[in-house]
Amino acid sequence: MELFAIAFSAIFVNNFLLARFLGICPFLGVSKKIETALGMGIAVAFVMTVASAITYIVNIYILETLGLGFMYNIMFILIISSFVQAIELLLKKVSPVLYEAMGVYLPLMATNCAILGVTVLNRDVGYNFMQSTIHGFAGGLGYLLAIVVFAGIRERIEHNNVLPHFKGFPIALLAASMMAIAFMGFSGWMI
Amino acid sequence: MEMTIINSVLSLGGVGLLLGLGLGLASKKLAVEEDPRLAYLVAVLPGANCGGCGVAGCAAFARGLLNGSTKPNGCPVGGADCTAKISDILGIEAVLGEKQVAYIRCNGDDDVTRSNYEYYGLLDCTAATHLVGGGSKACTFACLGGGNCVSACQFNAINIVNGIAVVDKEKCTSCGACVPSCPKALIDLIPYKSIVTVACNSKAPGKIVRQNCSVGCISCKLCEKACEYDAIHVVDNIAKVDYAKCTYCNECVKKCPSATINSTTFENPKKQKPQEKKVAENAAASPQTTDSPAKKQTPPEPQTEALKKEGTEGKKVE
Repeated sequence: MELFAIAFSAIFVNNFLLARFLGICPFLGVSKKIETALGMGIAVAFVMTVASAITYIVNIYILETLGLGFMYNIMFILIISSFVQAIELLLKKVSPVLYEAMGVYLPLMATNCAILGVTVLNRDVGYNFMQSTIHGFAGGLGYLLAIVVFAGIRERIEHNNVLPHFKGFPIALLAASMMAIAFMGFSGWMI
Repeated sequence: MEMTIINSVLSLGGVGLLLGLGLGLASKKLAVEEDPRLAYLVAVLPGANCGGCGVAGCAAFARGLLNGSTKPNGCPVGGADCTAKISDILGIEAVLGEKQVAYIRCNGDDDVTRSNYEYYGLLDCTAATHLVGGGSKACTFACLGGGNCVSACQFNAINIVNGIAVVDKEKCTSCGACVPSCPKALIDLIPYKSIVTVACNSKAPGKIVRQNCSVGCISCKLCEKACEYDAIHVVDNIAKVDYAKCTYCNECVKKCPSATINSTTFENPKKQKPQEKKVAENAAASPQTTDSPAKKQTPPEPQTEALKKEGTEGKKVE
């Protein structure tokens, strides 16, 4: 039940994109088409899940035991970026088709703050291994949901007659803000 | 204090070393044996990653060259120079002669093609096509002039002239971006050298074509008979030139009764006449239509039905 609560919260209430505003760069950059958004979302979800699990182990068994808790940031970045590299190598070998499909989004992942964000959050809240992994996976699902829905909206905007001042990014940002407001419905208003 | 410093340096360095070793080993072990020509190919390509060739970036284009999915002359930006270098690397003969251009198989501008109604909607062919009768023009196969291809073209090679799209042969880089943009599938890539072209795509029977458009192919097969080289055939009610056989003798152009077949080397005398005639007819016909609206309204119905039939038959065959 607690795991479910964590998952639901990460997908809807504290959606990484629309409530925590992490990983906005690819959210705006790769959301022009549903297919690419889907690819990016799946890749992020996968990396978030595995990064959550790995950083939990490293945090507990290396940093905490040595009393080096303050080093978590730099350690996590190191792990995530090399992990993304490893996935890229593996994908290239095992499934060239998927590698082609992901294209440039795979390396982009290494600098995605949503992934660093989820690992840091896991550590700050003090989740255990299972909770961390579920949190990472659900966070990734939330990311996937938000970016795909947003891509759908943007595809529709493309076919509409937008005022010249709003064409392109301005209208996309407006759409994103309204989506964020809509997702706020899950958490309610807190002052 | 010292312990912390040493610990942090050791742990971070250790993890970094471990990960680095792991990655190094992995890159050795998981190395994909790439064709050595790939690096050279990527080097000669422009590197703009514009997507003009139809694949995602220059590296993908280079990979396509090796497995045959893209052609050496497929890069519109690099041009002939690039093609020569690519052919050199691949060890094949440069096929520069096969420069292609986009061609819009419709000649039915606003002067020669009848319109069923006036269209004031979104200036977009896809939107216009979904309306009754496939757009405002009476011919369901006609170019609507909405400009989807114009916006698809990155090189400003297509313009809308008098209600139809016209390709500027010199500006066209044959990137093919316009081909999928046309909801009527009117755009073809044809050899640059092809002088003789059939400017119609109507698969409707000749009678219906004649009702709708004065320059449409009425599938009379006069061109087939005129051709000594077996290079033009009427298939599905539309004449099609086989550019492998065509010698550009212009015999078919001279024979074509509705001046559908065009040639850049032959000034068709019929070409001017129907237009002038049509204008004169229009001027004369306009009072008549107001006199007998019932007469004017009756023909479109069977005609659209016939077209529908035609459409479904075509689908069944597919």
